[in-house]
Amino acid sequence: MRSRIHTLTFLVLLAAWSAAWGVERFPPPEFTETGHQLPQDQYPRPAAAVTQYVDVVVLFVSLVLATFLALKLRSRNWVFALMIACLVYFGFWRQGCVCPIGAIQNITVAFFDGAYSVPLPVLAFFLLPLVFTLFFGRSFCAAVCPLGAIQDVVVVYPVRVPAWLSHALRLLAYAYLGGAVVFAATGAAFLICRYDPFVGFFRLSGSLGMLLFGGAMLALGLFVGRPYCRFLCPYGVVLAWLSRASSRRVTITPEQCVRCRLCEDACPFGAIQKPVEPPTPAERAAGRRRLAWLLGLLPLLVIVGFAAGGALGTPFSKLHIIVKTAERVRAEEMGEVAGTTDESDAFRESGVPGEELYATARLLRARFALGGQLFGAWVGLVVGGMLIYLSVRRRREDYEADRGTCLACGRCYDYCPVELRRRKAEPKSQIPDSR
Amino acid sequence: MQEEKGGIPRREFFRAGLRGVALAAIAGGGGYLVTRRIAARQVWQLDPEKCTQCGKCATNCVLKPSAVKCVHAFAMCGYCELCTGYFEPEPNELTTAAENQLCPVAAIRRTYVEDPYFEYEIDEALCIGCGKCVEGCRAFGNGSLFLQVRHDRCLNCNECAIAAACPADAFRRVPAERAYLYRPGYSPVRGKS
Repeated sequence: MRSRIHTLTFLVLLAAWSAAWGVERFPPPEFTETGHQLPQDQYPRPAAAVTQYVDVVVLFVSLVLATFLALKLRSRNWVFALMIACLVYFGFWRQGCVCPIGAIQNITVAFFDGAYSVPLPVLAFFLLPLVFTLFFGRSFCAAVCPLGAIQDVVVVYPVRVPAWLSHALRLLAYAYLGGAVVFAATGAAFLICRYDPFVGFFRLSGSLGMLLFGGAMLALGLFVGRPYCRFLCPYGVVLAWLSRASSRRVTITPEQCVRCRLCEDACPFGAIQKPVEPPTPAERAAGRRRLAWLLGLLPLLVIVGFAAGGALGTPFSKLHIIVKTAERVRAEEMGEVAGTTDESDAFRESGVPGEELYATARLLRARFALGGQLFGAWVGLVVGGMLIYLSVRRRREDYEADRGTCLACGRCYDYCPVELRRRKAEPKSQIPDSR
Repeated sequence: MQEEKGGIPRREFFRAGLRGVALAAIAGGGGYLVTRRIAARQVWQLDPEKCTQCGKCATNCVLKPSAVKCVHAFAMCGYCELCTGYFEPEPNELTTAAENQLCPVAAIRRTYVEDPYFEYEIDEALCIGCGKCVEGCRAFGNGSLFLQVRHDRCLNCNECAIAAACPADAFRRVPAERAYLYRPGYSPVRGKS
């Protein structure tokens, strides 16, 4: 026993000695007696690149199919079937990564970080749904996105969210988009991936917080249709704007709306707009005045946001590991805190001088200060823009799916008597029976 | 849909303009990224020279157990009888009894080769990537044990959860063709499999 401890002591001394001299402590043996062969080193290769390109092809085909099923075939059942297929493929089989929502961050990093090069499949994942939405509306949301699909299957008892509340909540998605871009551009974090509510379900594993958040979203989704899509999804913000400019999109009725009001409660996502009477001259004048006020308010909101956003820079920057480490190291060196953390230990082990770390941290701080200001200005712009959007009264004759927020799921078709008549008039068509 | 005098054509015109602008932006942005720098494929890997064996690889991976495993570079190994990667700092005996082992999950197999040499192999099915053996081997041995992301397991998340938690900033994206970062002066050995 004692000899063992002696051996150990000897080894420690030997180690200290050899570390100091930088030699191999124990030369690898030759195995002259047995001629022992070293086992082969195993380095399994990543999955073949082709799988990612297969994903891109599947995405493209799904988008074509979703557009065809929602706009041409006008069948909720087929859209639902495709949605389930995509949930299984992109969600549970490919485990939800990489997705177009998260790709926002890769694209942002590609613009801001010269060292990063964006993989081609990721770029395709980001762009394909954008292009489709620009021409055909949000068929991606309807049937392709696995995050949308997992929420869509739990829509059981949708309640109507009051318009003021849903408009206010939609601002969250804009803020989330702004935040995600700021954090990706500064290299601090991929917020969208970190707080993805459903990827834990797709992988069938995840941190407790992630699973609780996802579970809460699904529980809420029983009563509030697709809460993530409507109030949080940052990609949905972009898609909604592209969808507003789209040349084709979901129309509730195939022909002339008869204003029967049957579709009024058809949409679980609150995307059906009622007809709006033309304003009286007095209302028109009041509306003009209000619009003028709000247009004047908009730059003010942007400026206030910009100024207030500066205060966000410092707290935001604490999420960046280098800033966090620099603060910790400095605090330790000033004797403000006792003990060390993994970060400060790792930094000291690296042998980099403290000044270098502080300089990098200062640079990042400055970047975050600008990022915070731009984020504040963005929030100001979005709030002002939303007020203007709500104050403008558009004349509408028919019941229409909102160009931006309609998710093209096709539920409303089955409610429209004109649509049902059309289906009867086309007995030879392949349209399946609706529920 | 009713054709309104003035109103709807004007809106349609506005939309067409917006569509054109959006399409130009998408094409321009996409084109810029394509011409600038495009990677075929990237995967996550950790630099063993930066790694401090803090243990977060074992706890922060979205996979349980982690996709990070200990890798053994046999050509660097001294085949020591008293392996400080295998044994506790003060082992009772130099035997394979669990009480003597450093590895919390007994993922290292120790086999006798010839006097006084022993071979140490990692059972990846058991290894949790905690890095305790790596720390031991680096402190007193040749440093032939090191942690690596194993690409037969890694899901290649868009934001690697371990990279986000790594205190040493040791994780980075590497080209998929060169998916491993070895210790300096070492290249993989082709021996008996």
